[in-house]
Amino acid sequence: MTNDELSPLKKTANHIRILTIDAIAHLGIGHLGGSLSIVDVLTLLYYRHMDVDPLDPTRPDRDRLVLSKGHAGPALYSTLALKGFFPVDWLHTLNQGGTRLPSHCDMNRTPGIDMTTGSLGQGLSAAIGICLGNRIDGRSSKVYAIIGDGETNEGQVWEAAMAASQFKLNHLIAFTDYNKLQIDGFMHEVMGIDDLNVKWVAFGWFVQRVNGHDLEEMDVAINRAKAETSRPSMIILDTKKGKGAFFAENRVESHNMAIDPKAAEQAIAMLREAGI
Amino acid sequence: MSNQTAVAVAQRAPSESKPKEMRATLAETLIALATEDERIVLLDADLMTAHGTCSFRKQFPGRTFNMGVAEANMVSTAAGLSSTGKIPFAMTFACFAARRAFDQFFISANYARRNVKLVGSDPGISALYNGGTHMTFEDLGIMKTVPGLVVFEPSDNVSLRKLMKKSAGHEGCTYMRLHRKSVVDIYADTEEFELGKGKVLVDGDDLTIIALGALMVPEALKAAEMLAQQDGLSVAVIDILTVKPLDAELVLAYAAKTGAVMTCENHQIINGLGSAVADVLAENLPTPMKRIGIADEFGEVGDLAYLMQRFGLTAGHIAAQARELLKRTCKSGKL
Ligand SMILES: Cc1ncc(C[n+]2csc(CCOP(=O)(O)OP(=O)(O)O)c2C)c(N)n1
Ligand SMILES: [Mg+2]
Repeated sequence: MTNDELSPLKKTANHIRILTIDAIAHLGIGHLGGSLSIVDVLTLLYYRHMDVDPLDPTRPDRDRLVLSKGHAGPALYSTLALKGFFPVDWLHTLNQGGTRLPSHCDMNRTPGIDMTTGSLGQGLSAAIGICLGNRIDGRSSKVYAIIGDGETNEGQVWEAAMAASQFKLNHLIAFTDYNKLQIDGFMHEVMGIDDLNVKWVAFGWFVQRVNGHDLEEMDVAINRAKAETSRPSMIILDTKKGKGAFFAENRVESHNMAIDPKAAEQAIAMLREAGI
Repeated sequence: MSNQTAVAVAQRAPSESKPKEMRATLAETLIALATEDERIVLLDADLMTAHGTCSFRKQFPGRTFNMGVAEANMVSTAAGLSSTGKIPFAMTFACFAARRAFDQFFISANYARRNVKLVGSDPGISALYNGGTHMTFEDLGIMKTVPGLVVFEPSDNVSLRKLMKKSAGHEGCTYMRLHRKSVVDIYADTEEFELGKGKVLVDGDDLTIIALGALMVPEALKAAEMLAQQDGLSVAVIDILTVKPLDAELVLAYAAKTGAVMTCENHQIINGLGSAVADVLAENLPTPMKRIGIADEFGEVGDLAYLMQRFGLTAGHIAAQARELLKRTCKSGKL
């Protein structure tokens, strides 16, 4: 990636972070930590890799994303709004009665959402189904999925791991948001999943591990995953929960957090200063 | 129940009672039970923070198992623990307790005749901002069909504390639906409870409202007051507390006494409390009925006031439906 390519992407990521913090702060509470940890990968997917059309969000041969950790909806809504799937001012309706932007992703309410999620553990299986359907219909579109590290505790994730490998789903590119935190604490204290690389390799996946806040590193990994011809890909992203909001970073309380408006303002000002 | 029989109306909490989070009572009660009985153990699926049970872990680290985000594994593990004589309380949100781990609860726990106390929190619209995926309108319906399972929902901190104790002492599985937020208590501290027994909160002659849970019992009480003040009606209010086994004796007595029955639940009307009451009445004493609850719909996000309106659970809605019902039955001649 050239510097000319990198710099606008960085600014876009800052902008998405601002919109995400602002949307959650507007309501006063929400899943801030797990939203902010995936902003960089969302930026890269929607602004560099995915073939999607905001004006035609249900085109059958589009690339799709299943955000399996559905509670991070606010980050995806901010990305989709900025990209033009719906007006940015919808973001202030987040979680309010009658909204089209519920806390957890809902494909029947929000343009650009490809799968309904929120009950952890189900998204990777749904992504497999999309891959299989695409294969039947002769489409080579990519299917991306993002799962949480805590979510990885669910047995269904490993059922999906088996199936994707059995079906040789090379168009499936999954990410684990390895922010090391689940609700009740650090993963190693609650229900650890190390050695994560070894586990996915054992299940037959093409596994890469990169810094989930380094756009260039992730870009290289995604390109390598796209070139894979016979295996599904798992890209493990080392991330920080709450990344970009100083009051939330790497804090267990950031999971579903009441937000002080002053702190939100300050975080937003810092991001704005970094450039949008 | 003939009019001569004295009705045992429950002792109520003093009117100046302060609201208290039910999850605080959950943790206190678990600690009290575990202090008395070393067989009590706690399992959770990455929601100890939500359930406020970290205090339990502090006191009983060796008897606390956080299983991570893995509800199915948690429930079968609880069944295994009970095979060694432990009394496991296993908890997660009601949606995951009833949907994700149902087969495990059915087979490992119930069919195997183990002794697992499953707790499902944030039932119905009380899931608020977690929205449709987390909104459990069907757990009672699912759980009611498990042979022999005791299914109950406390309505305040007093009934929670006392019924949890009964649940621990009960030989066999139970499912407790738990509102974990702040509530004003309904009952006096001295009131005693039994699984399978409802409580008469207000006596009345024209209509019986049978309600369930910390959201709906207060709404039913408000509705009864509205009907008394605005329409001069005498409305009995029952807090049913246990959905299975249902207190059929109490239901039938009040159906006979008032001739019209309403049910109120923070759950789908299909196969919930209303259905359970209708089952009993249809076979024994067909009585005009109206069920208040969620229609054949999924949940959605919002604050409590929005959701109460959206799904027709407010006292105003209950009162309006009561008037319709009584017009239909013409029993009192007051409408
Ligand atoms: C099946 C299921 N169980 C429990 C929950 C409640 N829950 C929501 S998020 C979460 C923790 C998830 O941790 P992780 O996947 O690491 O999310 P992140 O750190 O990215 O926010 C839990 C237990 C859920 N949504 N679904
Ligand atoms: Mg995590």
